[in-house]
Amino acid sequence: MKVLRFILRKEFRQIFRDKTILAMMFAMPTIQLIILPLAMNFDVKHVKVAVVDNDHSSYSRQLIAKVGASGYFRIVAAMPSVREAMQYIEREQADVVLEIPPAFEQQLIREGKQRIGVSVDAINGTKAALGGSYLVTVIGDFNRQITVNSTADPAAANTIAITFSNWYNPLAEYRFYIVPAILVLLLTLIGGFLTALNIVREKEAGTIEQINVTPIRKWEFILGKLIPFWVVGITVFTLGLAVAWGVYGIWPVGSFALLYTFAAAYLLAVLGFGLLVSTYTDNQLQAMFVAFFFMMIFMLMSGLFTAVESMPAWARAIAHCTPVTHFVKVVRMIVLKGSTFADVQYEFYILVFFALALNGWAILNYRKTS
Amino acid sequence: MAEKVIECRELTKQFGDFIAVNKISFDVMKGEIFGFLGANGAGKTTAMRILCGLSYPSSGTAAVAGFDVYKQQESIKRNIGYMSQKFSLYENLTVTENIEFFGGVYGLPMQEIRRRSNDLIRTLGLTAEAKKLVGALPLGWKQKLAFSVAIFHRPRIVFLDEPTGGVDPVTRRQFWDMIYEAAASGITIFVTTHYMDEAEYCNRVTVMVDGKVEALDTPARLKQQYQADNMDEVFYRLARGAKRSAD
Repeated sequence: MKVLRFILRKEFRQIFRDKTILAMMFAMPTIQLIILPLAMNFDVKHVKVAVVDNDHSSYSRQLIAKVGASGYFRIVAAMPSVREAMQYIEREQADVVLEIPPAFEQQLIREGKQRIGVSVDAINGTKAALGGSYLVTVIGDFNRQITVNSTADPAAANTIAITFSNWYNPLAEYRFYIVPAILVLLLTLIGGFLTALNIVREKEAGTIEQINVTPIRKWEFILGKLIPFWVVGITVFTLGLAVAWGVYGIWPVGSFALLYTFAAAYLLAVLGFGLLVSTYTDNQLQAMFVAFFFMMIFMLMSGLFTAVESMPAWARAIAHCTPVTHFVKVVRMIVLKGSTFADVQYEFYILVFFALALNGWAILNYRKTS
Repeated sequence: MAEKVIECRELTKQFGDFIAVNKISFDVMKGEIFGFLGANGAGKTTAMRILCGLSYPSSGTAAVAGFDVYKQQESIKRNIGYMSQKFSLYENLTVTENIEFFGGVYGLPMQEIRRRSNDLIRTLGLTAEAKKLVGALPLGWKQKLAFSVAIFHRPRIVFLDEPTGGVDPVTRRQFWDMIYEAAASGITIFVTTHYMDEAEYCNRVTVMVDGKVEALDTPARLKQQYQADNMDEVFYRLARGAKRSAD
């Protein structure tokens, strides 16, 4: 235990002496939390529409005015033909072409139906799908209005009216989804990269050999590396929570004790991962590359930014094999829903399992005598 | 008869087809300055790493401070000091902090560390630099500091792997004064070197060629045996037949 104290003192001294890392510890949570949730916004707004109005009737003008006034669309051009309107899409100046056929109003009144052409630039799948469906909603709404205006048929009122409410995130704002994810991202980066690089740097400098020739026990050395970064991780997490509250007003609904219990266990798991990487690599470049490879998979597959439930079965299986997936889920549950331990205990055991397995593996693989 | 602190019998280390250390046998006595010479790639560092408990031998036996190199590496480590070829104190810690860390790791109590550390810094003339980062010191001072740290916990044996590489002649001379002082206090010195003038300072010298011990005796008797004026010539006669070169 006495030896461990000396190791810890040395590690903390080195961390506090490294001004770049210290600055990053504060800059990372603040800047990432302020910028990313605003930038990574999946709400589709400002869909650019090029209109081809072949009718020029009062109905067609009403429809176009309605689209423009909906708040989601911006009419960028009114072209005489679809061919010309498509050029806007080709030049990326428009996302959607809305084509109103000739005699739109006449047909609609006489026959009671009419077709409208909607062409969507589907390169950005999300924007296309959401933009397209918003447009359909707006047109549907317009459709109902003219039905009301033109018929007094009481049967038309027999439609199912759906009202729905968003729970836990009443305005369905993306930032409530993304802020907890960024808190997770912070812990993952600190745990995964800092430890791996720190130990590998000792390998490069040759100081690890000096350590290996002393009677330091393996667990002392490894705890000496884990504890300081664990403290750094918890500090950054706290800072992140403060920024989430200050900037976005997100105050965890659930208990702080539970949130920190999970953060503690999760940090141990990612620190173990970093440690493991360091035992398999010889220099910082290798460590960086290997850690980055896994981090990319963790980030993109863990449900940080996209829903794990909508992945194919094999991808879900991979996603469940990373500690990140379980932690993201729990952070969202505790922060937004106020889940209690009973709701998330399964995830807790999984995180503890990852922490034990990764650290155990790293300790086994770290050898003082080769 | 003096006490044997290192006993080495037929010690071998093989990496695949390459036999880095080939059945070497020798004894080192307590308080002796034991020189380990050899061209680059002769297997000096590999042999030394086995004796320090950093690497497992492939075959043969060896005991350091009475402990087996196969099973009791951690006991060996409590009784030795080691200074590697590469400078290996922490460059981003100060002189005092480095001393404190390595002293603490060997289980010395804090008071004792403070006392010895103050003495050491005064002896080395580093009082003004005690709070400076080690990375900022000139190489010669770094090497002297690294040696002092390696013997700070008063080990029974200290292993020095080319300790004076890249150091100016004056500092080398001072460095050897420190080695003599340590040996006089009862610490056995096991040192590898390229400098043949340094070989003359040793009590006994081993010359390794291609992983084997080709000669082992006092510098005086080696010179007599090979009818040479100095150790340089002795080394040249033994080493020119070497097949391996460079690391």
